[in-house]
Amino acid sequence: MPEIKELVKQLADKHGRNRESLLPILQGIVTEERYISDFAMTEVARELDMSAALVYGTATFYSFLDTKPRGKYVIRLCKTITCDMKGKKQILRTLEDLLKIEVGETTKDKKFTLLETNCLGWCHKGPAMLINDEVYTEITPEKVSEIIGDYMKNR
Amino acid sequence: MAKTVNLKIDGISVSVEQGTTVLGAAKQINIHIPTLCYHEDLCVAGNCRVCVVEQEGAKNLVASCAMPASEGMIIHTNTHKVRNARRHVVELLLSEHNADCTKCYKNTKCELQNLASEMVITEPMFIDLVPFKEYKIDKQSPSIIKDNSKCIRCQRCVRTCHELQHVSALGVAYKGDHMKISTFFENPMYDVVCTNCGQCVNRCPTGALVEKNYIDQVWEAIYDPNKHVIVQTAPATRIALGEDLGMESGSIVTGKMAASLRRLGFDSVLDTDFTADLTIMEEGTELLTRLKKALVDKDTSIKLPMFTSCSPGWIKFIEHLYPEYLDNLSTCKSPQQMFGALAKTYYAQKKGIDPASIVSVSIMPCTAKKFEAARPEMRDSGFQDVDLGLTTRELAVMIKQAGIEFESLADEKFDSIMGESTGAAVIFGATGGVMEAALRTAYELITGREVPFKNLNITAVRGMEGVREASVKLENVLPAWSFLEGVELKTAVAHGLTNAHQIMEAIKKGEAHYHFVEVMGCPGGCIGGGGQPIPTTPEIRKKRAEAIYREDEGMKLRKSHENPEVIQIYKEFLGEPLGHKSHELLHTHYVPRKRV
Amino acid sequence: MPDKRLKRVDLIFSDECVYKDVLTKALKKSSEEIIKDILDSGLRGRGGAGFPTGMKWKFTAQEAEPEKYVVCNADEGEPGTFKDREILTRVPHKVFGGMAICGKAIGAKHGYVYLRGEYRFLKADIENALEKFHNTLKEIGFDFQIHLLMGAGAYICGEESALFESMEGHRGEPRNKPPYPTIAGFRKKPTVINNVETLVYAFMICNIGSKQFYDLGTADSRGSKVFSVSGDTPIPGIYELELGMSLETFVEEFGDGDTKAVQVGGASGFCVPRKKFKDTIIGFEGVPTGGSMMIFNSSRSMYNVLKNYVEFFEEESCGQCTPCRVGCQQLKLGIEAVKKGEKSAAYLDTLRKLADTMKISAKCGLGQSVANSFSSIVDNFKEEMIY
Repeated sequence: MPEIKELVKQLADKHGRNRESLLPILQGIVTEERYISDFAMTEVARELDMSAALVYGTATFYSFLDTKPRGKYVIRLCKTITCDMKGKKQILRTLEDLLKIEVGETTKDKKFTLLETNCLGWCHKGPAMLINDEVYTEITPEKVSEIIGDYMKNR
Repeated sequence: MAKTVNLKIDGISVSVEQGTTVLGAAKQINIHIPTLCYHEDLCVAGNCRVCVVEQEGAKNLVASCAMPASEGMIIHTNTHKVRNARRHVVELLLSEHNADCTKCYKNTKCELQNLASEMVITEPMFIDLVPFKEYKIDKQSPSIIKDNSKCIRCQRCVRTCHELQHVSALGVAYKGDHMKISTFFENPMYDVVCTNCGQCVNRCPTGALVEKNYIDQVWEAIYDPNKHVIVQTAPATRIALGEDLGMESGSIVTGKMAASLRRLGFDSVLDTDFTADLTIMEEGTELLTRLKKALVDKDTSIKLPMFTSCSPGWIKFIEHLYPEYLDNLSTCKSPQQMFGALAKTYYAQKKGIDPASIVSVSIMPCTAKKFEAARPEMRDSGFQDVDLGLTTRELAVMIKQAGIEFESLADEKFDSIMGESTGAAVIFGATGGVMEAALRTAYELITGREVPFKNLNITAVRGMEGVREASVKLENVLPAWSFLEGVELKTAVAHGLTNAHQIMEAIKKGEAHYHFVEVMGCPGGCIGGGGQPIPTTPEIRKKRAEAIYREDEGMKLRKSHENPEVIQIYKEFLGEPLGHKSHELLHTHYVPRKRV
Repeated sequence: MPDKRLKRVDLIFSDECVYKDVLTKALKKSSEEIIKDILDSGLRGRGGAGFPTGMKWKFTAQEAEPEKYVVCNADEGEPGTFKDREILTRVPHKVFGGMAICGKAIGAKHGYVYLRGEYRFLKADIENALEKFHNTLKEIGFDFQIHLLMGAGAYICGEESALFESMEGHRGEPRNKPPYPTIAGFRKKPTVINNVETLVYAFMICNIGSKQFYDLGTADSRGSKVFSVSGDTPIPGIYELELGMSLETFVEEFGDGDTKAVQVGGASGFCVPRKKFKDTIIGFEGVPTGGSMMIFNSSRSMYNVLKNYVEFFEEESCGQCTPCRVGCQQLKLGIEAVKKGEKSAAYLDTLRKLADTMKISAKCGLGQSVANSFSSIVDNFKEEMIY
C-alpha cells in the first residue's frame, strides 16, 4: 500500500494535479501494477482533489484501465470478425488450454490474464493479440504455444 | 438587450433571446415537448433523446433540449418521424427498465410511466433486458434506496450530485451495455461520501432513487395502544405539503397539516419550530461566547467563523470533505434532534409519560434527517431521540391513505407543550432564515434594540443568490457586551453544497473572514429539501420561500427569545442557554469521515 | 457514373520530397494561402465523415480566440482499419508536418496526437520522431509544439468530441453539437481535429500543389486514399488508390475470386453484396470509407459478421444516449432470437425500423452509423438471418 501511495504521488508530480492528468496517471498505475485497485483510486482522488466515484467512472470507461486484479502479463486477443475468420477461436482454445483458464480469468500464479478485445488494427495479419504492449500477429496455435512457453519459462 | 432570433415551430412564429433552446422556444408558445433527462436546475445532457424534433434541412432529428434556436429555423415537433423515434426511445427505455409499476414506490409519480401512458404502450415492442442483468437493490442507507433496475441512465442524479452539491457520490461507470450509475466501486450509498441530501431523489424521473420510507412503521406505532406517538413538523413542510395534495406551490397549510396529523391518530401534534426558536437561543449564545473568547480572552483554540449545524446534509458534507473544520461547526443539535432529546425528557416529565413508551416521529423536508435520527450521537434522552423521520412526501402519502380530503380541512393549532413558535423559527425553512432569526435575537440581546431593518426583515440574507454576505455594525451595545462595541459582525449564507464548497474554499484560502456562516445543504434551503414534493424547480422554490416569509410576517411573535414556551423551558428545565442541561441534551459532536 | 480503373498512387508513403524544404516553404505562406491551397485541393477528411478539410481550417482560423489547438485523431479503432498505424510507423514526420502547417493556418501553437492505447508499442518511436520534428521546427524558426496523448481502449474516443473529453481526463462521451470543434473543441477552444491521413495529405498538397491532388479522383471525392484491405483476399494490406473506382474494380484486384460481399467502411460502414459491386462507387458519391475494406467470400456467414459488428457496438457505445445504448442491445438480442427461431422473421422489420430510428436520433456518429451495417446486411442477406 505505501508503494502505491508513493507511485500515485510520483505520477501526480509528473503529470500534474488537474483533471487532464487523470488518464496519464491511471495509465501509469496500470503500467506498474497492471490494474487500478480501489486503494489506488482513492489515492488518485485525493491527489487530484476530486471525487473517487468520478475516478472510478472514468477508469471503468476504458478497456485498458483494468479495475480488477490482473496477471503480470495481460493477453488481449482480437475478436473482430477478420481475426475471427483467420482462426481466432482456435487460438483462444489453445490459450485456454495452455493457461488452464477461461477468458476473463487470471492464472493462479498471477502471471497471465486472458482477455478478448476489439479490433487491434492488424486485420491484414490476423489473428492478432497483445501481451501487455507487445503485438503478435498471424498467430497460429503452434506459434501461440511457443510464445506462451517462452513467457512461462523466460519471463 | 440580448439579440433575438426568429424561428417557426409547428407553423407558429416565435422570437426568442439568443441562446434559448428549441425546447425553451416551444415552451414560450405553449408547445409541450416531452423530456426525461432535461431538468431546469441542471446543465443540458441531451442523452435520453425523448425530446427529439425535426428541423427542416437537417438530416437527423435534433434534441430540442440541447439545440439552440437559430434565425430562420423551422421546427416540427409532431411529425411521423418524430413520433416514431420518440416511441422507439420510450420503448427502449421501458425494455431496460424494471417496469413492475404496481410494486414501485413511484407508481403514478414516475415520469417514464407518464410517457408510456401518453403513448398508450400496451405491449412491449422489444425484448425485456432486465433479466439479463444482475441487479441488486441498495437498501443499506437509512435515507435513500438505489435500485438500478429502474434506472434509465438519464444522469440527472449524477449531474445533481456534481453540479448542485459538489459531492459526486454518484457517477457514471463503465460503457456500452454495462454503463450504469454507480458509487465508488459500486459500494452501498451508506458507505460512500453521500450526504443523504436527497437532491438526486428529487430529480430522479423513475423509482431508481427514492427515500427509504417508514410509513408502515408509523402506522404500526399509531395503532399500538401502548405507545404514545408524538409528531413534530419542520418549518418547510407547512409551505410545501399542499403540493402533494393537489394544492398550488406556495400554499401555506400549517393549520391543515396540524389537523390532518391529529386525524391520522398522533397523540400529540407538535412543532419543530419550537426547537428552532430554542436553537437560536443556544446557537446565538454559543456565537457570542465564541466571540467573547476569541476577542476578549484571545483564546486561539476558538474557531471562527462558526457554522450553523441545522442541516444534516451539510454536516455530513463537512465531515467527509472538510473534517479539519469540524470545530467550526456549532455544537447545537439540529431542531429535529433538540426536539427529540426534549420529547423523551422534558415532555415526558411534564406529561407524566414513560419515555420508553413514546414514539417520536418527525416530518421533515429532508432525507438526511433520517440518517441524522439514526446517528449514534443522537441518544441523549437515553433512547433513540427521534424514532422515525418521515419526509413531507411520506406524510402526504399517509394523508391520502387515511382518506383525508386535505384541502377542505379546517385549520387547527399545534398541541402544547413544545408547539409554540415564532416567525423567526418558520424562516429556518428558507436559505438565510437561520441567519436572520439569529440576528434578530442576537442584535437585540447585545444592544437592547430591535434589528435596524424595516419590519424586522433582513432582506440582505434573503433570496436565491448562491452565496450572500451581510454585516451588521454593533453600536451602543449594552454594558454586558461592551467588548462588541463597534464590531462589524460579518456573516455569510450559502445554500446547496456547491455553494458551500465555494465558501469553504474561500475560507480555506484565507480570502473570506466571517464570524458566522449559515449553510443549508439543499438549494433554496429546506424549502428545496430532498424530502419535499417533486418536482422542484427554481420557480417552485421561489414560491415556497415567499410563502415562508408570508407565514413569518403573519406571526404575532417574530423573535425566538420571545417564544413563551422557550422562556418557560429555560425556567423550568434547562436553566440557561449553554447551561449544563442544554449541554447534555441539546449539543453534540461530529466525526471525521472518509473522503470516498 | 465515374468508374476509374484501379490506379495506385504513392503520395503518403513516398519519401522523394525533401521534408524540411516542403515544411519551410509551407510555413512561409500566409494563413490565407495555406487554407486556399487546401480548399482548392478538394481534400475531405479521411477519417470517414468526409468534411472538407479546408473549411474546417478556415472556420477555426476565423475565430478570434487566441488559444487554439490542432488535434491529430490517431484513435484508429474502426474494425478493419489499420492505415493510421502504418502511416505513424512509416511517415510520422509528415503527420507532424501537416499539423504544423495547420497550426500556421489557424494560429495555433500547440498540437496533440491522440494515439489509441492499442498502439502503445509505437509510443517510443513517435516520441523520438517528435523530438526530431521539434528540432526541425526550431531550425525553421516556427513556434509549434506537439504533444502525444495515449488513449486507453475506447472506440468511441475516435468521435471528435468524445476525444476531447478523453483528452480532458473524462469519460469519452460525445458532446452535444453545436457547438462544433471549430468553435469549442479541446478545452472548449477552437480546434481543428483531423485524421492522421488527412494531415499527411494536407502536407503533401503543400508539396505537390493543390491541382495535382484535385486532378485525382472524382468530383465528390478528390485525390487518393489509403485503403486497409483485409478478410478473404490473397493480398491483404495497405494500398493507396485513386478514389472513384467501382467496387467491382476493387474486387477484381483484391478478391479471391469468390467474393460474396464487401464491408466498406468497417463496422460503421455498409455491406455491399456481389450483385451491387458494379454500380457501387467507392467514395462520397457512393459508399464512403475511412479505409476499411473487409472482403467476405461465399464460405462466410453474414449472420456471424453482423453479430460480430453488433456486439462490437453494444460494447463500445459510450452508453449515454438511449437509442445507442439500448438499441444496440436490442439489435443483438433481436437477431439472436430470430436466428434461434424465438422470434419470427417479421421481427427483423421491427429491428430494421429501430435501426432507422437510431440513425436519426442517436447523439453521435457511432449510434447513428450502427444502422449502416445492420440494415445493409439484413436487407441483402435476410435469408441468412432467419432460423
